[in-house]
Amino acid sequence: MNDFPVLSVLVALPLVGALVVPFLKGAVAKQAGIGFSVATLVLAVVVAAQYELDGGMQLTETYNWIPAFGVHFALGVDGLGLLMVLLTALLVPVVLLASWRETETAVDGNEQGSPTAFVAWTLALESLSLAVFLATDVFLFYLVFEATLIPAYFLIGGFGRAGRSAAAIKFLMFQLAGGLILLIGVIGLYVVSAQAGTPSYLLSDLMALDIDTEAGRWLFATFFIAFAIKAPLFPVHTWLADTTGKATPGTSVLLVCVLDKIGTFGMLRFCLGIFPEASQWATPLVIVLALVSIVYGAFVAIGQDDVMRLIGLTSLSHFGFIVLGIFVFSTQGGTGSILYMVNHGLGTAALFLVAGYLVSRRGTASIRELGGQEKVTPVLAGLLLVAGLATLGLPGLSPFISEFLVIIAAFQYAWYVGAVAVTGIVLAAIYVLWMYQRTMTGPTADVVTRDQDLGVREIAAVAPLVAALVFFGFYPIPLMDAANPYVGDLLSHVGVTDDPPEVTAPAAAETAEEGEY
Amino acid sequence: MFLYTEGGHSIPVVDPISAADAGGVFPLLWLVIALPLLGAVVLLLGGRRTDAWGHLLGTATAVGSFVLSTLLLIAMMGREEGDRSVTQHLWDWVSVGGYEIGMDLLVDPLSILFLMLITGVGSLIHVYSIGYMEHDPRRRRFFAYLNLFVAAMLMLVLAENYLGVFLGWEGVGLASYLLIGFWQHKPSAAAAAKKAFVINRVGDIGMSLAIAMFFVTFGSASFTVISANASGAGEGTMTAIGLLLLLGAAGKSAQVPLQAWLLDAMEGPTPVSALIHAATMVTAGVYLVVRSNFVFEAAPAAQTAVVVVATVTLLWGAVIGCAKDDIKKALAGSTMSQIGYMMLAAGLGVYGYAYAIFHLITHGFFKANMFLGAGSVMHGMNDDVDMRHYGALRKLMPVTFLTFAMGYLAIIGFPLFSGFWSKDKIIETALVESPVFGICALIGAGVTGFYMTRVMLMTFFGEKRWQDGVHPHESPSVMTFPLIVLAALSVLGGVLYLGGWIKDWLVPVVGKAPEHELPFPAIVFSLITVAVVAVGVAIAWLSVGRRPIPSTAPTDVSFVTRAARNDLYGDAIHDTLVVEPGKALTRGLVSADRSLVDGLFTGGASLVQGLGQGLRRAQNGFVRSYALSILAGVVIVLAALLVVNL
Repeated sequence: MNDFPVLSVLVALPLVGALVVPFLKGAVAKQAGIGFSVATLVLAVVVAAQYELDGGMQLTETYNWIPAFGVHFALGVDGLGLLMVLLTALLVPVVLLASWRETETAVDGNEQGSPTAFVAWTLALESLSLAVFLATDVFLFYLVFEATLIPAYFLIGGFGRAGRSAAAIKFLMFQLAGGLILLIGVIGLYVVSAQAGTPSYLLSDLMALDIDTEAGRWLFATFFIAFAIKAPLFPVHTWLADTTGKATPGTSVLLVCVLDKIGTFGMLRFCLGIFPEASQWATPLVIVLALVSIVYGAFVAIGQDDVMRLIGLTSLSHFGFIVLGIFVFSTQGGTGSILYMVNHGLGTAALFLVAGYLVSRRGTASIRELGGQEKVTPVLAGLLLVAGLATLGLPGLSPFISEFLVIIAAFQYAWYVGAVAVTGIVLAAIYVLWMYQRTMTGPTADVVTRDQDLGVREIAAVAPLVAALVFFGFYPIPLMDAANPYVGDLLSHVGVTDDPPEVTAPAAAETAEEGEY
Repeated sequence: MFLYTEGGHSIPVVDPISAADAGGVFPLLWLVIALPLLGAVVLLLGGRRTDAWGHLLGTATAVGSFVLSTLLLIAMMGREEGDRSVTQHLWDWVSVGGYEIGMDLLVDPLSILFLMLITGVGSLIHVYSIGYMEHDPRRRRFFAYLNLFVAAMLMLVLAENYLGVFLGWEGVGLASYLLIGFWQHKPSAAAAAKKAFVINRVGDIGMSLAIAMFFVTFGSASFTVISANASGAGEGTMTAIGLLLLLGAAGKSAQVPLQAWLLDAMEGPTPVSALIHAATMVTAGVYLVVRSNFVFEAAPAAQTAVVVVATVTLLWGAVIGCAKDDIKKALAGSTMSQIGYMMLAAGLGVYGYAYAIFHLITHGFFKANMFLGAGSVMHGMNDDVDMRHYGALRKLMPVTFLTFAMGYLAIIGFPLFSGFWSKDKIIETALVESPVFGICALIGAGVTGFYMTRVMLMTFFGEKRWQDGVHPHESPSVMTFPLIVLAALSVLGGVLYLGGWIKDWLVPVVGKAPEHELPFPAIVFSLITVAVVAVGVAIAWLSVGRRPIPSTAPTDVSFVTRAARNDLYGDAIHDTLVVEPGKALTRGLVSADRSLVDGLFTGGASLVQGLGQGLRRAQNGFVRSYALSILAGVVIVLAALLVVNL
């Protein structure tokens, strides 16, 4: 298996699907789409099985592409990439299954694009996203990073509620602006790399480069701004809620749970990896932006009337946590953030999809007009509550541990940073439970009937997410095993070490050993 | 086991032994939690198929846990004092950068008492609920939530580290949320459920930061590790941790200023009020303080804060209890007040820990008894909770009346009843340790005598003031059986103090208190307390018992009564200080997000759009041209690169 280009095949498989599906019709196209996405998931699991937990880039493939510029077609997987690949590969079949009917009828009677196109664009987006997470050449990364906008644009613009075209343009404008700034940085990297000798866009070469402090900071800024728009971070977040408010729930999952992760993924891999000095230099500003995002995002979410906008804005708060964990530079923060990226993907996807089920039944996303579901549709209500509880960080569901690690790390960085971040847990309880109270409880409305409860397909689509939320809530060790070596390598590359506990405890070591029976 | 001294007190440092080494029934420790958890999972996932037998399964798992807990208690009593702490490592939970946290359980003399209380009272309340919820179409779901609660509460008291405590802590919060809002079609119930959760989350800020400080300071959250190294931490650190833990405890245990949710929580079905909002969950804050004795012993300032919060709350709750006509809310005010007593004892440090736990247990008996009694009354009165519509029920509900009376005598501290022993010791200790707070506690006992007598008289004595169509009747035996058992425990609970047993039993966990000099013999303290209580009872008799009770509450009442009826304006204070400013901030930010922040960028974008419009008109006018042009651009770039490569 050693010479088999498994990562290239992983990227190519959904792309083949995206090219085949348009020639199929109706249900066959959907079945084929799910078939391709499940096959991709299986292959991703095979990759995970081959991955060795001690860290480093593995299963690498490097082909020269444009020697003049030092561009390679280079793929590889490390702990961070592996988790993102698995998340992406899991979410795509879930989205396709959950969106089975979504693309046939619009909530507000708005004309929809063809279901076949939805499947094809989704698979195309999966392929490009996988390439983003696997690329080990900065130029290749940039190309696929920009290319993801094409399927994303068509998914937003073609499917969903009235006003989606304007939302799609807004999305594109923001992303293109970010991409343009990133392009400047990518070209700048070429210059720096060429000055140092042979130009190379390979990540490993760039990480070994000794970049001039001044230049490093400028280049860092271009990368960071692009990733902050993608993530998104305050104040460049305003495209987010407009998009999730208009797109289909499935599209929102792909955007917020997969595509937005590229932002924080890029901060870890490129900002910290290539510009460690500049990353530490920018830390105070980044931490302020992260804290503002946490609190501001939560408050703005509380004030929303549109349930899909609300869920979109909760992610602003969550991305604040992720960025905070990355930039406090500790193992707890780094691993917490990477776990947060996975767990946020699972929890928010479940929330989007179940809320989407609700919206499609009631024909409105306005919280004011909803209510009284729980008694007659207990499964719908129960799943919305579980997804909501995951989002608010209830212990026993996986997002808790990651959020808690970030809070500990923030507290360790400076007590007041931890104290500001921790207010997020109160605000999260408010936006989730108030939304639940207004949509699910109260007197049963006449329009609510028992046959509105979820069908088998709909339950089956979110069941894997709920199962993962519970499993990793009680047993997050597999995720940590993947993330810890990566974070350890990254922090030693950056040149920081964790603060030891204030009270060094010889007794602690003994007891811990005695605990292992 | 060895002791080290800190500030004159000795704090025990225990080296627990593993369950596997302890043998016997100890390796089955995990099953205590797993049984009710399994019940909850089966009932929730099983859906309507389990409707027919769901309540039986739910009760069986609780009883199973009780049997196992009893076996554990017997086994523990058979062990040497130093070998009574047993841990069980289930699996590794978190492993990050030197922080190793296991899913670890610890059963020791403290947690075993909670095990007995939770599973014992819990089982009785499951049995009672079979009757109480018989006609509710969602009874199976109710039992699922009750089982979930029991499992989470057991996790809370059995966890060996603070992260595990937090898991149980939030689990009981979730169960409480689900059960307060059980009749969620009532908007008031749904709102009360959310309010309880959100206020508890404010307390969780304290819990979260305290746990963060444990990690930063000790690199661990394990009781064993922290207690062994507590002497190495500075007093400032320990004070901060203690205050943060107090914030968490205040949320869960409805202590001022986080008390406002408990009265609203009475929206839940009455068995829930008995189990969660009287006997067990709301006492979790007391457990937390007692369990964290190694923190508080090193932080005298934090202990003082506990005492102050406790004293304010015990008076606050008692005053509210005096003015409520809703029988459940009167009892809820009483619960708040009684937890204040427990907290007061816990704040007194090594002198008080054992009494805090003692009162916690007796209160669990008599308050569960009275809440279930109130439920039995409501059951006979068409779910009316207004005591002004009760009266003269003692003849028609003899069992309910007699059992309630046992609870009543216990709570006011009638000599030889359980509450007499436990509350008396708290007041005595407080008077000796800090007289100001002791006198407040003494006054509180008098007020308790007043409001409980008022409840008793309004419900069971006097004229009948029943509404039309109400035909009071005694409840079925499935409901009266738990009442009888709890009444017996309310009477006899004092045996735990026989020969100072509970004090000695808890020494391995909380340490041994030095003998304090009493200025008078203990009997004098008891006599003073009984006299003060008698005054309260007499006032109630004069003002309530001897006068006719109007069936609607009079409105021309004093300011104090009005304030007490309004929960001493707790909600108004929250609204003015937090809720309204928060709403205004939310509105402000939402509109600023639209206009300011978004405008900043869309302003720029509309410029671009303006430019683009010309291009669009020149082409086809479709918005998709944007995307197509990027696509074309990418293709051209790729093609160019490939050409370069060739």
